[in-house]
Amino acid sequence: MNRIIVCVKPVPDPKHWDKVSMDPETKTLKREGIPNIMNPLDKHALEAALALRESHGGEVVLLSMAPPFAKTTIREGLAMGADRAVLLSDRVFAGSDSLATAEILAAGCRWIGGFDIVLCGNLSIDGSTAQICSQLAEMLDLPNVMHVTGMEESGEDNLIITQKIENGYVKLFSGFPVVLSVRKEVNKPRYIPFTGILAAESKEITMLSNKDLCVDPERIGLKGSPTKMAGLEVRKFERKKEKLEGTVDDIVEKLVERIYQCGVIEC
Amino acid sequence: MDEKRNRDVWVFAEQRNGELHDVSLELLGKARDLADKTGSKVIAVLIGYHVRKLAQTLVNHGADVVFVADDTRLENYRLLPYTHVFESLIKEHGPDVVLIGATAMGVELAPRVAARIRTGLSAHCIDLKLDENGNLLQVVPGWGGGVVATIACPDHRPQMSTVMPGAMKALPEEEREGRIEEMYVDLPDSNMGPEILGIERVVAGEQPLEKAEVVVAGGWGVGSEENWSLLEELARLLGGAVGATRPPVDEGWAREGQMVGQSGKTIRPTLYIGVGISGVMHHVVGMDQSKNIISINSNPDADIFEASDVIVAEDFMKILPPLIRELKSRVKSWRSINISEEK
Repeated sequence: MNRIIVCVKPVPDPKHWDKVSMDPETKTLKREGIPNIMNPLDKHALEAALALRESHGGEVVLLSMAPPFAKTTIREGLAMGADRAVLLSDRVFAGSDSLATAEILAAGCRWIGGFDIVLCGNLSIDGSTAQICSQLAEMLDLPNVMHVTGMEESGEDNLIITQKIENGYVKLFSGFPVVLSVRKEVNKPRYIPFTGILAAESKEITMLSNKDLCVDPERIGLKGSPTKMAGLEVRKFERKKEKLEGTVDDIVEKLVERIYQCGVIEC
Repeated sequence: MDEKRNRDVWVFAEQRNGELHDVSLELLGKARDLADKTGSKVIAVLIGYHVRKLAQTLVNHGADVVFVADDTRLENYRLLPYTHVFESLIKEHGPDVVLIGATAMGVELAPRVAARIRTGLSAHCIDLKLDENGNLLQVVPGWGGGVVATIACPDHRPQMSTVMPGAMKALPEEEREGRIEEMYVDLPDSNMGPEILGIERVVAGEQPLEKAEVVVAGGWGVGSEENWSLLEELARLLGGAVGATRPPVDEGWAREGQMVGQSGKTIRPTLYIGVGISGVMHHVVGMDQSKNIISINSNPDADIFEASDVIVAEDFMKILPPLIRELKSRVKSWRSINISEEK
C-alpha cells in the first residue's frame, strides 16, 4: 500500500444547530459561534484507513477544504493516528457547492499524489448531499464506490469491497487507485489515546491556498457552483395538536375513535 | 422565454434484476405534473439488459417516450458504464430536467453524471416546483431536516435532482400511448471500474413501509425488544407496517429497512402512530407528510407533539395494551393483512 488520503470535514456540532442562521447576501448558512466536530462518518473513513495501514503499511494523509479553524478538527484526526494533513484554505473557496468542492479536493489529491485509495464518509451531517465521493472520483478520472460496509486487500494491488444496497449487498473487486465512501457499519472508530494527542502536536499540517493549487477560478467558490441557494427556512408544523386527557380508559376510547376517523379500520 | 429550448423532463428508470424501483414511478408522476405545466414531454431512461418489457409500465405511469439502452454489458448496475450511457443520452438530447431516485444506486450515479456534464445537482429533494421563469425549485432538507433549503440551478442545464423515495406520488397505472425508442449503446473499451463478484439479496417478507396505509413507528423510548412486539401487534391489527427511528435499529429491535427519516425512508401513510419517539428532525422530515399523526410519549414536552394531530402524553405501556384489547374486540373487519409471519 502506498498512500491513503482521507477526506475530513469539520461540521457544526448538532447540539448547537438551533443557532444556525442565513447570511441574507450570500444566502449561505452562517456557522459562526457554533463549535465544530469532525463529521462522524469521516471518523469511520479514517479508521478504515488506519486499519489498512496497520496490515499493509503506507501513509495516511488527511485532506480537508475548510477555513483555518479546521485545524482543531484535523488535530483530532492526527491524534487518532493519521500521519499528516493537508488543509485547503482560501477565501476564493467560500460558497462552493459539491461540484466546486470536488474540484478543489481533486486538486488537493493531485498535489499530495502517489495514493492508492481516497476514503470519505458517505455523507456529512450538515449538507448531507452525499455527492463528494462520486464527484471527486469523476474529477480525478478514477472509479469509485459508495455505501462501503467492508473492504479487504486482495493480493498486492486489489481490494474486495462490500457495498450496501437496498435489500442486500454487492461484492466488488477493484484495483488501485479508487475512491471509496463508507457507511457507519464499516467499523468502530478507535478512541483517541492520550499518546496520540501528544503525538499529534508534532505532526505536520500543510496549509495550501489556490495559489498552490491553481484551480480555474471560474470553477470554484460561489461563481463556480451551478447550484444556488434560492431560499432557506426553518420548518414549521401546522397540526391540530389535540391533547387526549383523562383516565387511561378515556384516552383509549378517544384513540380508537380517532383511528376510526382516519378511515383505516371499520368498526 | 426561449421557445427553442428543450423543456423535456427526464426520469431515470431504476431497475435491478428486471424490477423497477417504486421511486421511478413516483418520479414519473411528478415529471408528468412538471411537463404538463410547460407543455413538454416526459422521457424515461431505462438502462439494463432484457429490460424492454418494463417500458410499457413506464408509459402507463406517465412517460411519453422511453429511451431503452439494452445491452448485455449493462445487465447489472455498474457505475462507470451507466454513467457513460446516461451522460451520452443527456448530451445528445439536452433535457431541461433530470430526476433520479435518492436510492443507493441513484445517489452514486447522479453526482457522477452531473460532474461529467458539469451541471448542478440537488440532493434528497422532498419537493419540486417551477418558478415564474420555469426554473426548477428543488426543496431539500438540511441540517438534519431542521431547515429546508430551496436550491435552484439557473445557469446550467439540465437541472438535476435526486428525490427521496416516497416523497412524490405515482400516477395510477392505466393504458397510455407512448413511444419506445431503442438506443444504440456504445461503451468504450477503457477501464470500467470495479468488477462485480457477487450480489447477495436479503429478502424482506413484510409489507413495504412506504406502501403501508398505517405505520406504527417506535423510538428509543420503547425500551426493549419485548416492548417492541406491542408495536408489531398494533400494526398487524391495523393492517399496517412498523417503522423506527435510528436507536431501535442500532439496538436490533428493528431492521435498517424500517428506518424512517433523513437517512431512511420518507413515508406518507394515512395514519402514523409514533410511540416513544422524541421527534428529532432526522425522523420528522421522513414522516411529516403523513395525513394523520398520533404521538404517544410520556414526556409532555416531546418535540414530536409539535408535529402531531393527536397527542397522548402518557407512558405507552399504559396505553398500548388496553388499546390493542379494545381494537381486537371492536374491529369487525380490517383491511386484508399482507404480512408474512417470520418463522
